[in-house]
Amino acid sequence: MKTYAKDDLSIVLSAEAGQGLQTLEQLMTRVFKLSGYHVYSYSEFMSRIRGGNNSTQIRISARMISSCPRRIDIFVPLHTGAMERFHDRITPETIILGDPAFIERRYTDGGYPIVAVPIAGLAREIGGEIYMSVILLGLFSGLLGVELTLLENLVRQFFSRAGEERTRKNIEAARKGYASGMHLLKPGQVLPVIERSEAVKNDLLLNGIDAIGTGCLAGGCTFVSSYPMSPSTGVLVFLAKNASEFGLVVEQAEDEISAANMALGSWYAGGRAMVTTSGGGFALMVEALSLAGCIESPLVVHVAQRPGPATGLPTRTEQADLEHVLYSGHGEFPRLVLAPGSIEEGFTLSRHAFHMADKYQVPVIILTDQHYLESTCTVGGLDVSATSSESFIVETDAAYRRYLFTESGVSPRGIPGFGRGLVCVDSDEHDEAGFITEDSRTRTAMVEKRLQKLRGLEKECIEPTLTGGEDYRHLVVGWGSTAGVVREALSVLGRNDLSFLHFSQVYPLHPNAASLIGRAQKKIVIENNATSQFARLVRMHTGIAFDAAILKFDGWPFLLEEVVERLEALL
Amino acid sequence: MAERFDPDHPIDIAWCPGCGNYHILAALKSALAELGKDPESLVIVSGIGQAAKTPQYVRTNFFNGLHGRSLPVATAIKATNPGLTVIAESGDGCMYGEGGNHLLHAVRRNPDITVLVHNNMVYGLTKGQASPTSMRGFTTPVQVSGVCVEPMNPLAMAIGLSASFVARAFAGDIEQTREIMKQAITHKGFALVDIFQPCVSFNRVNTYQWYKEHCFYLDGSHDPADRDAAFRVASRTDSYALGVLSIVSGIPTFEECLDAYRGDTRPLHERRVSSGKIEKLMDDKRG
Repeated sequence: MKTYAKDDLSIVLSAEAGQGLQTLEQLMTRVFKLSGYHVYSYSEFMSRIRGGNNSTQIRISARMISSCPRRIDIFVPLHTGAMERFHDRITPETIILGDPAFIERRYTDGGYPIVAVPIAGLAREIGGEIYMSVILLGLFSGLLGVELTLLENLVRQFFSRAGEERTRKNIEAARKGYASGMHLLKPGQVLPVIERSEAVKNDLLLNGIDAIGTGCLAGGCTFVSSYPMSPSTGVLVFLAKNASEFGLVVEQAEDEISAANMALGSWYAGGRAMVTTSGGGFALMVEALSLAGCIESPLVVHVAQRPGPATGLPTRTEQADLEHVLYSGHGEFPRLVLAPGSIEEGFTLSRHAFHMADKYQVPVIILTDQHYLESTCTVGGLDVSATSSESFIVETDAAYRRYLFTESGVSPRGIPGFGRGLVCVDSDEHDEAGFITEDSRTRTAMVEKRLQKLRGLEKECIEPTLTGGEDYRHLVVGWGSTAGVVREALSVLGRNDLSFLHFSQVYPLHPNAASLIGRAQKKIVIENNATSQFARLVRMHTGIAFDAAILKFDGWPFLLEEVVERLEALL
Repeated sequence: MAERFDPDHPIDIAWCPGCGNYHILAALKSALAELGKDPESLVIVSGIGQAAKTPQYVRTNFFNGLHGRSLPVATAIKATNPGLTVIAESGDGCMYGEGGNHLLHAVRRNPDITVLVHNNMVYGLTKGQASPTSMRGFTTPVQVSGVCVEPMNPLAMAIGLSASFVARAFAGDIEQTREIMKQAITHKGFALVDIFQPCVSFNRVNTYQWYKEHCFYLDGSHDPADRDAAFRVASRTDSYALGVLSIVSGIPTFEECLDAYRGDTRPLHERRVSSGKIEKLMDDKRG
């Protein structure tokens, strides 16, 4: 059995939809970060608005962390039935903290450490069970030595718009919780001692939605049209919230077909447009994707994966739409697929997506998933000042031809009303001026022109990142949101013959992919899907087959111990 | 004058001799010329079908996209650069069939665009199947026993949704069609013009003669501001009204409602993101 770091605390809060879990997650992660702790949190929830059971895992550490452990140090049930889905993760090492009313009888026989706090009763004293979440915020703040004034300021700030009465009651709730938390456990006895860092206090606290949204803004996004679909909607909400400040057009379209066609209309007229959707919505956008290929329009598509087929598990996570985004669209045309594995990558790749879409006049897909978007962590040293303000639009002259043949396959892109030329684009095969043609030579030349742009994309490939030594015997290969958990698993394993290769650009594959993967004796792929789609892509482009695959497709992300154990079993 | 919009390259028109599209094309070019529009700041958006080829035969900017999808594209073009004149033009299959949902929502959005629908009550490019406006009993190679569903009434539908401008023209009358088009293009807001058009190859029922016998022009006694009257006129199927049926004034346009243009009238292509704003946004994520 491997030893896991002890300077690390894993808390799971389990509540019904509508009990304020999201607010609690936001406030707890913020208060811990401001106190100098590294924080990581992940929310998973059922596809319903009230009832059911949702959970948030909050991890506090002295180091940068980026995964969910299976281990639960403190479990907080917030309703009857809150423990049901966690029987296999609650162990005799888990402290069960909460109102006795919510603790299942099977845990009260003395085999489990129970810290009973009458949270529901305290909340009712203040004015209702709605205050349970802020009492818990106070309790954990007291438990982990957060300064009371910091806590109070945060609560005051957060509820500033809720009115004087509610603010006062929430502060009262925070104080009550704080008082009970301070003397609940002794640091060093039951809880690990977690060192704090002054630097973390100034870190950013971001989730995947913030990373993608901010990256798109930094990429110069001026237009977003979408249709709500979990788990992609967060990005639409983020952009809508910032629309006024950034001068952005935001439109909720009648369907995804309209959304994608609007985005193409906007690029045509000089906008920098994107859509955000999930697998099913993307399926409806596929005809427009092919249109982007034909009219050589830039397009940025954020596809947030969730388990399918069809409606699948609407609020859960999976990485099973790689082939969907890779091979969708009739006809042959180039595209770029990016899959961020960290907050930093989410920001830089989203910005990059706009740059590349504009430069090569191709669709660029940012492929994330529910796990990526709903994970929050502290991030230091992210340079957000760089924006992609370079525009590739040209002022046209009277002789302008939209599809002028060039060596790179990229024709200067004009827009209507800017210059003396006319901008003619057609979904039919067309000549250089954009007029319909069925001439075989022109057709052949146009296909070659469009495909030529793939050479340019290949030249600007983002290299996969290697974690671990260069002279590895074994190599784990992953893409997208698995990066965090695999990196942590590697440090737990501490083997010098094992490295991890993470692809944040999944298509086109970097030319070095073949040699980096090929030189490993044992090649292991890790994917949150059932059929190793990325392994198939690698094999198709490099001829290299993987020796083993670590797969998971139950709707949950990989948990840290799970990756450690499955790697151990293979090595 | 209309020559300004004549293509300056050789074109091979894909329409049948005698097609109503020729008249609509002539009416459009003269309407644009008479309104003093210039080709550089005009965009014609179309879908797929014989009518959708119209922009290929006009010297201007065009976006000939997917079947049924001209309205989302046209709406976005106008929202991205409100200074452009935007016309969406396609057939009854494209606008009322494949793109029906977009039409409903485009009416609701009320972008300042003009929508010209060549309505020949049949599918031409796919060779003679029923369209959403084909009349009951109309036989085709697919509807072999005749169409047995109620034809769509696009004008009554648009009026029901409070479309800001609703009109109907007949391709056989170029002069009046041009005048109606001019009103539609000049109108601020969403303007729908349904244009009756004979299909000489696939519709032997709704011929030039049939339209002449079954249409009448609205006269001065019809008040387009009277929505109830407009709805009554649009609902008639014994004889079809030509002219401007309905005008609803005072509805803000889609572009006017967008936050992006509050206090900043620049089209989107003139805007650049400021790194200071990104940094400020991120600073909120520190506290």
